[in-house]
Amino acid sequence: MEIIANYGTLLLVMACLAGFFMAWGIGANDVANAMGTSVGSRALTIKQAILIAMIFEFAGAYLAGGEVTSTIRKGIIDPMVLQDRPELLVFGMMSALLAAGTWLLVASMMGWPVSTTHSIVGAMVGFAAVGIGVDAVSWGKVGQIAASWVVSPLLSGVLSFWIFMSAQYLILNTENPFDNAKKYIPGYMFFVGYIISMVTMVKGLKHLGLGLSFGESALYALFGGLLLTLVGIVLMRRITFDQSAPSRFTSVERVFAVLMVFTACAMAFAHGSNDVANAIGPLAAIVSVVGSGGEIAAKSALPWWVLLLGGGGIVIGLATFGFKVMATIGKKITELTPSRGFAAELGAATTVVLASGTGLPISTTHTLVGAVLGVGLARGIGALNLGVISRIVLSWIITLPAGGLLAIMFFFMLKAVFGVS
Amino acid sequence: MPASPLTSLFAKSPITPIQEHMTAVQGTTLLLTPFLKAAMAGDWAKAKELQKQISASEKEADVLKKKIRINLPKNLFLPVPRSDLLELITKQDMIANTAQDIAGLMLGRKMEIPEKIAERTTEFLANSLDTVAQAARAISELDELLETGFRGREVTLVESLIKELDTLEGKNDKIEIKLRAALFKLEKDLPPVDTIFLYKVISLIGELANVSQGVGSRLQILLAR
Repeated sequence: MEIIANYGTLLLVMACLAGFFMAWGIGANDVANAMGTSVGSRALTIKQAILIAMIFEFAGAYLAGGEVTSTIRKGIIDPMVLQDRPELLVFGMMSALLAAGTWLLVASMMGWPVSTTHSIVGAMVGFAAVGIGVDAVSWGKVGQIAASWVVSPLLSGVLSFWIFMSAQYLILNTENPFDNAKKYIPGYMFFVGYIISMVTMVKGLKHLGLGLSFGESALYALFGGLLLTLVGIVLMRRITFDQSAPSRFTSVERVFAVLMVFTACAMAFAHGSNDVANAIGPLAAIVSVVGSGGEIAAKSALPWWVLLLGGGGIVIGLATFGFKVMATIGKKITELTPSRGFAAELGAATTVVLASGTGLPISTTHTLVGAVLGVGLARGIGALNLGVISRIVLSWIITLPAGGLLAIMFFFMLKAVFGVS
Repeated sequence: MPASPLTSLFAKSPITPIQEHMTAVQGTTLLLTPFLKAAMAGDWAKAKELQKQISASEKEADVLKKKIRINLPKNLFLPVPRSDLLELITKQDMIANTAQDIAGLMLGRKMEIPEKIAERTTEFLANSLDTVAQAARAISELDELLETGFRGREVTLVESLIKELDTLEGKNDKIEIKLRAALFKLEKDLPPVDTIFLYKVISLIGELANVSQGVGSRLQILLAR
């Protein structure tokens, strides 16, 4: 208690800096993965992608990021175990942030593909199990999270497979793909609008003081979907069939590119809703302990400015580094045409948004990889490198213990520095 | 910057390179028309120049072929079986090789085509080249096939192109038989060794069409799964 009373402000500032740094890192690197497919398929220019990412990442973080934040904050570690030692929770959360931040920095320098989500979860489980006690970890929840890491790429793969197959059946494999594109693509737009507004209303408006029932949300989401569809129809009207194009699919792809602008928004929204929690979940925990003067409240509201800080960090990360990273990724993903890119993004975004709604922290990049493989299984992509799957598994095997070990290190260092036994 | 798993997921698609290879192959064979004309006119300087071009063009196709093979390692996930693609490229490349053989043989022996079969030989080559062109037309649909996921309407279209290819090859066989028969009538008055090689050139020109049909068959196998 004393520690928090004496050093509360210092701890808070440190935590804010660390959380902001993580959010900045997510903005600089991770967002490029979520949006790279749009840039690669030339549905968006880099500038447009950054702008969309800024708006929708922030909206996703602010409106639908609460659930995952709360999981990271109090789902993995049982805060009640630490009721008598609140300073340990503060140190632990701080060391988790520092560990994940350090690990991501090291991985970036070495060029390893690691996931922010895995780093932070590994770090939290590590400090809690070793620094406090095996009982402090809610193993049931951790198991659920670990399972979601396997399930989410599978689910997005299956979704993308069927979304792409439906596009094949309704549009590409027909006598007049261009007309059918204009006819059926608004349906996909409606789906995008519906999912986003539904998640926003069910999960996001609560902390804005607008509690809606599930039924009301479902009804209003219909309007959201219709509104987006109308915007899409207006945008699509501008595209006419290009007789001089070398392939009869050139114009069709252009219609899909309009749809892909919408799925890109959905992807940015989904990413913001899930990944911002990695940065601000631990911060939120620290804020609530310090704010209450050492009280670990089971039911404390998430301060709104914490979500703002996370969203802001992502936006600044995008503004400072996103441009470069996006350009690099966009150059490498040119085999993905809008008719495939939309299917991958829609499958991934739906999966991530569902996970965000359930409060499960998953890796957006892995989910997107699963989605692209789903499109590939539908024979939609020229060539995919399956070596990636083993690399992902390898990065899990390294990241989880690395995050854990670093967190344990920082935890005991912080304890020593502040003189806590 | 960390290597993103998403970017390393995408490998270079072999579809466009295979089409480029076929274009290069067809380009090689098209040089045979002016070559035969020069040879028939006895303009061996020009023929030599054209043979050089054919050789260079064949090498170009060879480089493309090797590039495609190198970019198709075993752990790639492709919409169609990798072995089928590799065999398709091999077949395509054989067309260019045959063109090079024809030019090389005719130039090397400064072969003269007897006047009585000259017109028929020109027609024979033209028809063989039509067959090559038809194979190239079928291959040029590969990107559209990828666009539709190798199924549906586009498959039907390509199948009809392959059917037409078979018809052209059949027609080519008939012309070849007539040409051989015409040569047979002349052969007692011709130097024997020259005659043997004339038959050889005829069969090589026929081979152009045969291998083109082979390209079509490979494409069909690709679609059948």
